[in-house]
Amino acid sequence: MALLDVKNLRVSFDTPEGVVHAVNGIDFELSQGETLAIVGESGSGKSQLVMAIMGLLAENGKADGRAVFREVDLMQLSPHELNKVRGREIAMIFQDPMTSLNPFLTIEQQMTEVVMHHQKLGRHEAVQHAVEMLRAVRIPDPEERIRQYPHEYSGGMRQRVMIAMGLLCEPDILIADEPTTALDVTVQAQITHLIGELRDKTHMAIILITHDLAVVAGICDRIVVMYAGKMVECGTVDDIFYRPQHPYTRGLLASVPRLDRDADLDLHAIPGNPPNLLSLPTGCSFRDRCVEAQEACKSVPPLWRDELGHMSRCVNKIPGGRQVNKADDDSAGAKEGESE
Amino acid sequence: MSAPVLRVQDLAVHFTSDTGGILSRRERLLKAVDGISFDLNPGETLGIVGESGSGKSTLARAILGLVEPHRGRVLWMGEDLTKLNPDQMRHKRKEMQIVFQDPIASLNPRMTAGAIIAEPLWTFYPQMERLQVEERTRGMLKMVGLLPNQINRYPHEFSGGQCQRIGIARSLVLNPKLLICDEPVSALDVSIQAQIINLLRDLQKKLGLALIFIAHDLSIVRHISDRVMVMYMGRSMEVAEKAALYRRPLHPYTRALMKSVPVPDPKLERQEKDVSWLKGDMPSPYNPPRGCVFHNRCPYLVKRCQADVPALRRMENGDWVACHRAEELDLSI
Repeated sequence: MALLDVKNLRVSFDTPEGVVHAVNGIDFELSQGETLAIVGESGSGKSQLVMAIMGLLAENGKADGRAVFREVDLMQLSPHELNKVRGREIAMIFQDPMTSLNPFLTIEQQMTEVVMHHQKLGRHEAVQHAVEMLRAVRIPDPEERIRQYPHEYSGGMRQRVMIAMGLLCEPDILIADEPTTALDVTVQAQITHLIGELRDKTHMAIILITHDLAVVAGICDRIVVMYAGKMVECGTVDDIFYRPQHPYTRGLLASVPRLDRDADLDLHAIPGNPPNLLSLPTGCSFRDRCVEAQEACKSVPPLWRDELGHMSRCVNKIPGGRQVNKADDDSAGAKEGESE
Repeated sequence: MSAPVLRVQDLAVHFTSDTGGILSRRERLLKAVDGISFDLNPGETLGIVGESGSGKSTLARAILGLVEPHRGRVLWMGEDLTKLNPDQMRHKRKEMQIVFQDPIASLNPRMTAGAIIAEPLWTFYPQMERLQVEERTRGMLKMVGLLPNQINRYPHEFSGGQCQRIGIARSLVLNPKLLICDEPVSALDVSIQAQIINLLRDLQKKLGLALIFIAHDLSIVRHISDRVMVMYMGRSMEVAEKAALYRRPLHPYTRALMKSVPVPDPKLERQEKDVSWLKGDMPSPYNPPRGCVFHNRCPYLVKRCQADVPALRRMENGDWVACHRAEELDLSI
């Protein structure tokens, strides 16, 4: 059974310009020890998706659907009940290590607060535990450095502290929202490597959110590619990198600058701009940027699934794919007043 | 070969900051840029790569006279810019423009795209006819791939990539001869980064600009540069022709940077599990290591590296490197 089972999750925001549908019916499963990457551009809804699961949406946000974790639907929990899950069973680390730490508190104060609250450890034990965690993420001289303030740490070290804090209560799931985007490439390589190592050691499940496919190539098992609030493709890491089916996934892969490709050619770019959720085209949301767009794309594209679970939402059928039953699919088509 | 348009010679920018309490107050010296030299030829693109804190942005600002250098010269068409007074410098900036990293923060949210692009024209040519300014502005919009009818829109109505296009239009409206791009794509989505890189490449070819392109990632720089300079802690580690640098880097730091670039290929990435080629973090810039500034992270460290500062020296093939062991090491990729 899946550790986390997300079904038909939707997120919308009430804004002065109208209702924005940020996430439009997402389904995915996460198993114990699995690393799942959720990939997409700004506006794809990838962050709001996990924010909804964690109950951290902004005030004008509304979520529905199901997110079943250990037979409990997280979406139905009160904030008080969620607080027992957050940080303990599901931990989250954010993109910006500079602003995620409180500048007025020492690392020790911030780290011990978590364990003293969740695991009811005494002060002394909590500090020892925190030092161990810092050592695990390779902070040099953790006994000394734990007494320092965030500004005394470099960007990469702060992100390691965030990871250490996320791991303090030995969560079942670690959600990392663009954990390396604000960091230098050299540090990015170290942090992704570290996350992979810790996963192998602890068998926790990880959800990695990123806009850069290359970053997750080495450490994830499965990938969900999102565009304009919908899953456009989903498969194992090898499916996505070696047999991408959706034109958007292919475009994303091709736009990564590679050192092993001819530099004199133009870089492949996906034309147009990230989706504006207030004015999406009808039918396939990607069709105004798609190089393979055709007349049929004006109606809602079918979702294909092959025997091994590789899925693509496009007019083009995937090899060995069968159209997923409409009832299992989302109801977006009906909602938009269209039918197939 | 024609004479370089820009010659930077032994440029250094130092900052001081106060530390300690009222009684134990002392000044700390930070050498943000510490003796950088390079030439830039007309129509050439130099990529400058380094981690945060390597001094690459400060170098850009020093070239444009936006921070005062501690020593060194910036020769623009043979004229030393560091000797000019602020008013003379202001006029020189017509010829040298900059595009900033954050496309949204670098545009005034209360000005329309048209007003933003036209502002340099009003500043330097206040007598210019209104119609002429508008025509030029529309031309610029078209040149950077926006629609002339978007002239009256505000920055928030554009996406990040489009805002960066507006920033590029603003910097090119005065017909500069040198354009400095300070991490112009770092804040953009991968799919959009490529659009901006390709646009800059086209514009450079069309306008014959000399271009300095700053980035923290060697993979992006490769698509736009003729030569690449790698910076670390305010110093230049290597300056080399693109083809040579990417085939066989001369400095261990350059190789480390290349090895850090993630490859969108799971099989290759899983093999590259060994990250021992770059240990630890960059040391504190207030307290740089003795000898070679890279020695405490270098896998090829020998005794000499801890004692002597390696000078930037010319190799047989004409490329420059600051490493004692450049001849004996084979760092081919």
